[in-house]
Order: sequence, then C-alpha cells, then structure tokens
Amino acid sequence: MRTDAPGSPRGGPAGLYVHVPFCASKCPYCGFFSVAGTPPVEATRFVDALTREAALHRDRFGAFDTLYVGGGTPSVLPDDALARIAALGAGAAEATVEANPGDLDPGRLVRLRAAGFDRLSLGVQSLDDSDLRVLGRRHSAADAVRAFRDARAAGFANAGIDLIRGVPGQSSAAFIDVLDRAVALAPAHVSVYDLTVEEGTPFASRGVAPPCEDDAADLFLATSGRLVAAGYEHYEVSNFARGPTLRSRHNSRYWNRMPYLGVGPAAHSFDGARRWWNPRSVERWLAAVEAGRDPAEGGETLTPEQARLESLALGLRTLDGIDAALVGDPAALRRLHAGGLLEIVEGRVRPTVRGMLAADRLARDLA
Amino acid sequence: MDRGVRNFSIIAHIDHGKSTLADRLIQHGGLVPDRQFRDQILDSLDIERERGITIKSQTVNLAYRSRAGGTFELNLIDTPGHVDFSYEVSRALASCEGVLLVVDASQGVQAQTLANLYLAMEHDLAVIPVINKIDLPSADIDSTRLQIERDLGLDPDDAVHVSAKAGIGIDDLLEAIVARIPPPKGAQDDPLKALVFDAHYDPFRGAVVSCRVVDGVLRPGDTLRMMSTGAAFRVEEVGAFRIQRVARPELQAGDVGYVIAGMKTVADTRIGDTITLADRPAAEPLHGFKLMKPVVFSSLYPVLSEDYEALSDALEKYRLNDASLVYQKDSSVALGQGFRCGFLGLLHLEIVQERLEREFNQSLVLTAPSVEYHFTLNDGTVVRVDNPADYPDPSRIAKAEEPYIHATIWTPDRYMGAVMKICLERRAENPTYHCPLPGRLEMHFDVPLGEVVYDFYDRLKTVTQGYGSFDYELTDFRVSDLVRLDILVNGERVDALSMIVHREKARMRGLHACERLKDEIPRHQFKIPIQGAIGGTIIARETIPPFRKDVTAKCYGGDATRKRKLLERQKEGKKRMKMVGAVEIPQSAFVAVLKTDED
Repeated sequence: MRTDAPGSPRGGPAGLYVHVPFCASKCPYCGFFSVAGTPPVEATRFVDALTREAALHRDRFGAFDTLYVGGGTPSVLPDDALARIAALGAGAAEATVEANPGDLDPGRLVRLRAAGFDRLSLGVQSLDDSDLRVLGRRHSAADAVRAFRDARAAGFANAGIDLIRGVPGQSSAAFIDVLDRAVALAPAHVSVYDLTVEEGTPFASRGVAPPCEDDAADLFLATSGRLVAAGYEHYEVSNFARGPTLRSRHNSRYWNRMPYLGVGPAAHSFDGARRWWNPRSVERWLAAVEAGRDPAEGGETLTPEQARLESLALGLRTLDGIDAALVGDPAALRRLHAGGLLEIVEGRVRPTVRGMLAADRLARDLA
Repeated sequence: MDRGVRNFSIIAHIDHGKSTLADRLIQHGGLVPDRQFRDQILDSLDIERERGITIKSQTVNLAYRSRAGGTFELNLIDTPGHVDFSYEVSRALASCEGVLLVVDASQGVQAQTLANLYLAMEHDLAVIPVINKIDLPSADIDSTRLQIERDLGLDPDDAVHVSAKAGIGIDDLLEAIVARIPPPKGAQDDPLKALVFDAHYDPFRGAVVSCRVVDGVLRPGDTLRMMSTGAAFRVEEVGAFRIQRVARPELQAGDVGYVIAGMKTVADTRIGDTITLADRPAAEPLHGFKLMKPVVFSSLYPVLSEDYEALSDALEKYRLNDASLVYQKDSSVALGQGFRCGFLGLLHLEIVQERLEREFNQSLVLTAPSVEYHFTLNDGTVVRVDNPADYPDPSRIAKAEEPYIHATIWTPDRYMGAVMKICLERRAENPTYHCPLPGRLEMHFDVPLGEVVYDFYDRLKTVTQGYGSFDYELTDFRVSDLVRLDILVNGERVDALSMIVHREKARMRGLHACERLKDEIPRHQFKIPIQGAIGGTIIARETIPPFRKDVTAKCYGGDATRKRKLLERQKEGKKRMKMVGAVEIPQSAFVAVLKTDED
C-alpha cells in the first residue's frame, strides 16, 4: 500500500526526465538506448506520446521541480517538438536539454531558451579533432567552441560541457590540454567521464581497452585538482560545478534518491519507494502509451535495507556523502578514514577525492 | 533352491554409462512411472547427480518375469565410485553374486574397467560384460569385443550389446542376469549372518541398515546383535528397497534388504559388520570387517563466528547419516571457533563440505588437509599430530615420522612418463611396474600419505585424461624431515593456513600459497605482503599492490538498480571474509590455497 500523498511523492516536488532515443548516428562507445538515423516515429507523434505518458502519472507526480531532456540526442528533434517537451516541465526551477554541438546554431539556441530551457548540456566530449574522429562524433572542436559561445550569447548562462577522458590514443597530457581549453570557456558545469567500454558497443567488439588503472587514477586526480583550482566544486565522481548553485539539480536527485518521473523509451522512474522502467523499444513503448496503458515493463519496491544500500552506492559518489547512520561496517569506516579515503563532517561520511576515485569500493566496504 | 533372487552390481569406468544403465533397469522394473523419471535415480544426492559419481551404496529391488515365464527378484546394488570409498565398494560387492561390467563401445576397455574386473574376481563374482552406447556413431563394437577378449580375457560372445540411453538390448540383459548370475547360496536354517554394507538415516525411524542375509532368517520382533560391538537391538521392520521402502515379513538367506531396529544413528552400525541374532548367535562373523579410520584431517569453521552453534548442530545431524566423519572442537585466531574433522579421504572431505553447505546451509572455511604425524620428543614421548597448530617446538623434536601408503595405479601405458613424473614429485619410492595386459600399466610404489591428500588424485586424473585409477593402503610410519610452513599476511601469521610439510616441499608449497592468496585477496588501500615462513625464515613472498581506482564513471536514474544489486552481492560476499589484522581474506582464498595450480 502506498501512503504518499498524491501529487507529491515523499512530500516534495519531483524531477521529470524525458528520454529522446534518437541519434543522427550511433557513437561507437555509447551504450545508452537510442535509434540511429531517421527516427522511426514522427516527432509530433513522439511528443504526443510523451505528453500522454506524463499525464498518466499526473496524480502521483504533480508539479515538477526539475526537467532534464536527455538521450540519445534531443537536439535531433525540431524546435517546436523541443518546445512542447519544455512545456511538460513548465514551472521547473531548472530545465536542462542535452545537445550535440553540431546541431546548434544561434537561432536554435535562442528558440530553445525562449521555449523555457535555462540549462544546456553540450556533448563536446573532446576539443581535439582526432579524439572526436575516434569517438565517431559528427562535430569538430571548432563547432563545439562556437556552439558554446553561441549558447552564452543566446542567454544560456548555465551551460555545461561534457568531456570523455581516456579516449583511445589520447595521452594524459593531451587530455589535460583539452581540459584547459574547456576551462578557458568558463562553463558553469563540467562533466568528465572516464571512457567505459560498454558491452555490445563497437568499441567492445573492437577490443578497445581503457587506460591502465594507475594512469587513470593519476589523471582523475589531476582533473579534479585542475578544476578545483579553477574554482569548480568536485561534487560528484564525474561532475564539477562552478559553485553549489550551479550543480545539476536534476542529476542530484538521482544521487540523493529523490523522486523523479522518467518518460520515453527506456526511461526509469522512482517515487521514493518504488522504481520502474520502460521498454528499451520505441515500438513497444509507443504501442502501450497510445493504447492509454502505462508502458512500464518492470519495477521493484525497495525494502528499507535495499534503500540503505542504494543510499550508500549513490551517496558515496557525492561530495555531500551519506548520513553516518547508514554505515553498516564501522570497522571499515575506521579503516577507510585512517587511510584518507573518507572524512566525517557533522554526522556525514564524505569521500575525499581519493575516496571518490574508489567510490564503488567505499560502498562495498561500508555496506 | 533357486527362489529367483539375483544379486548384482554394475561396475564401469567413469562415464561408461553405469548410472544410465541402472536407471533403465529400474524403469524396466516398472518402479517409477515414466513421467516421474529423473535421470540417475540412484544418485539421489545433488552432489552425486552433478558430479556423476555415486557416494552412498544404494540398492533397488526389481521384479522381473523372464521370457520363459519365471518370476525373479533382482537386487541391484549400486556402489560408490571413488577410492575414498573402496571399503564400502568391497562390502557391497561381497553382497553380490555377479556384476555387469560395462564397457563403452566407442572408448573400449579402460584402466578402471580392468581394476573393476579384478575386484569382481577377488569376490568370485560372475561377470557379464556389457557393451554400452552401441547406438553412437563412434561405436566400434568389433574392436570393443576384441578388447574384451584380449584385454579382459572374457568371452566376447558373452557380451550383451545395449544402449542404456536408447533402451536397446535391456531385455537381453535382464535375461542374461537371470540366466548367468548364480542364485545366492546360503543356509536358511543356520544361525543368522547378515552383512551390513551401508546405512542411511531416516528422521522418523533412525538408522536404516542395508544388508545382505548370508545365512538364516531375520524377522521383525527378533533381537539382533551387531557382532563387532555386541550391541543388541529389537527389529522393528525388514523389507526391500523399491525406490521406497516396502516392508516384508522376513529377509532370508540370499536376500538383500533393509533392517530398522531402533538404532538412533548410523553410528550404531558399522559397515562390514555382521548382524546375528541375540538368542542364537553365529559362531563367527563374516570375514572382511575393518574399522574405518579417518586418514585426512581438516578444520571446519563457520564463515560468521555467530554461526558456530548452527555448525555444531549441522555436524551432529550430518553424522546421523555418515558415521565415517569424526570431529571435535577446534579454534583458530583467524577463524574463531570450529571443529577438527577426520575424513576417509579428500573426496569424502569435499562431500562433507558440500553437503553441509547445501543441505544444512552452512558457510564454511576449511583448513589445509593434513594427515597424522608422529613426533618423538627429546624426552622420549611420542605425540601424534594431525593439526599444524599442535606442531611441537622444533628444538624438542628428536624424530619426526609420517604415514606411508602402498599405492597402486592402473593406466594405459602411454601415460607412464607423466604418471612417473607426478609420483616422483610426491616423493614416491620403490616404484615397480608390470604390464598385466598389452598397453596397460600397473604401477606400485610407496609414497607419503600427506603428498597424496594434497592434490594427487586430481593430478593423476588430469595427466591420464581420466584413464588412470588409483588405490592405496596405509602401511607404516617412516622417519621424515617435517617442518611447519606458516603463511603471513601483512606480517600476521594466519594460523588456519599453516601446514606440516616435508622440508624440501616447503618452498614450493609456500610459493604456491602466496601466489594463490595474491589472486584471491582483494586489493586494499595499502600494500599487503604475503609471506611463507619456516620459523623466522621467510622462504616465499608475494605482494598485493593497493587499489587506487574503483568507480563507475556514469551513474544516473537507470543505474541505481544495477548498482544496488551488485552491492547486495558484494555484501553477501563480504560476510564470507575473515579479518586477519586489517586484511580481509575471502573464504575462497582458504580454498584456493588447497587447489593445485599445475596444469
């Protein structure tokens, strides 16, 4: 039995995530669900279905505090479709859209801003053209810099850059150079992801190997050191914000286990107690939504112990850490603390930078 | 008088289809409806089913009407298939008049086939050669017949051709059993002599003893006496195993069946013992009784120390069904409270471990298997040590002795070099060879038992591609240079990993243990040295580097479930960790140290 008040799971406003599972072409490293080439469904019909799906949950999720449109590549959708998606999160305090630098021009950026988006996450990945070719990106480094400046000019004060660290063939020095050039643009937010070779991707079948542990660890620490020196806050394993107010509020919901509704194929949702997820198929998702049915094809209600483990696994990735009461193994806590991987501040257990570098291990040890 | 009773066993080289054939005979006897039929009915334990080996003797009583119209009662006695249980096998065979000697039509006669034939001959049993798997494309019946004639000295025309899997030739085989296995002899009117060849535990009835009545009659209401212990029990029920127990008014000379007589545990009976009647006892027991003594020792610890009581209960219950396990309390700095256990052999140890884990839900850590060593101290006293923790102060040892066995190996002669190598590596002495048959090699040698319990049997199977078989008997204790090898993790001795070894073997074993621990102990935030030492001298060393990076780059809405599930598994795994100083050692590390790493 659910006891949450309707419209406000766990008492507060929720986040809305919209998954746009379309890409002009598939990048060889990407493991997210998306369909490459011409979308199998017309944009208007797709957004109609998103709207219907959100409406199905209206009595459980009322107003949305944050909106995040991710993908896939949301920017392959036409402006009017993106504007209608923005309207789903009308009134949100933060409305983010992910975009591919190659899809943007000054006019588009102005229209997106006018539609209600106030935060832009640019999939830059690298500012080195040879890296971008290896990654199979459609844009050049120059496109990325231009798009970022245009976004600023269009009123996106809160624009962030995504980078990939450990591109095959990229030296540590080359990555630091990319990072420095990104910092020179003074973005509000920087995400730096270590290349992960996901199962089933062309990188995996080519046998691409990520950098060795020692190099990866050194570069992780160097990245953090450089960005912190430039005034950024390292607030999650892969995320840096130029001050607490510029953290991704939406993404922070995931790490803090706050409710969010995900709509679109393959989207996941969480109401504070239950998680559920949509099919990784545009067709199955569309058929369900258009028939007026909830498209979720799986779900689980968490026990208190499962919730605790999630809090550990997610919270220990963040600068804010976890409530010390969640720690299941005090001896491990003492050990990790003595080893300099954790600090304890006002009843919270927080990872140090070296701790963040071993966040999965911290969770395991403290579980 | 032929009452139509036939007692037989099936013997075969591994994988030649013994269990499938047994299933087919049972199916023919109509005891199990086809739709309920599970493969390998007789191998009722999960472990047996998975490993394809039989651990406990089991019998099944089948009704058969012959082509000529005679009615028969066939007792199939299934025997264990491992050297650890060779005594049980010998008792089961002593309960039969004949055997089906199964030969795979594509693999032909193998070393174990030969060893089995010898075993049958030792018990004067009628042998029916059975050529199995004749339906396989690779079957070569002609050459198998030739081998039966040339290698086994049996008449190939006596061989029955079957496919147990496809059900071909089963009728012919049943006819051969009733025609060619002699009916049991025995005098109905003589005092009772019944051979105990196995016992099972039933939670409601206590021990259910499997026996073969040699002379006399046994009925409910009789008072029986176990001849080795003198203990008397009132017979409640006798009967036959027809998958389920079926009570009968009596068991008479020649019958194979069960007895329930208010024995609380199987420890009240001893395999090989003779049952007689209290009021009219037999003059002498049947010959061949031996008290089974443990030869391999290891300590069992619960993974979680609070589970000690549960382990204690589980051992008590387990022993109800397996009297050959002996145990007493033990304790370790690394592992807490546990039990020192004695086993019949290494396989027996593994079986006990697996059954405690599966059937009794125990999570266990085992220490390195040891044998019993004798140390004569300077003052002349002799101490017997089966636990490295009890290894005496070396300065007080005047003489150390270790048990030796006389080992016999049968193998195709092409593996001679490889077998010689592993024997010599294990300090084998006085090897002799002969070829009982062309292409077959029989080797005899003396070797320390401690070398054999370590990994010998696995290695023999590997180097002979499964064709080598092995048997042994304990002979004597011989003077030896024994040391205690200690393993230190991060400078702390892990008492549960100590072992008593020959000085010349210490370095190799130490290196092996260090390498295994290096693979099994997860990296910590600090560097962990792992050392092998004799006294204060380090003889082996490995180092586990500290971890630096252990984090997934992306973690958003869709990742929470996957991450949590991983953490749930890791948390379970963590319960199986033992703390030694500041180092977490997984249970698997204790196991890995015991495994051989040679290929």
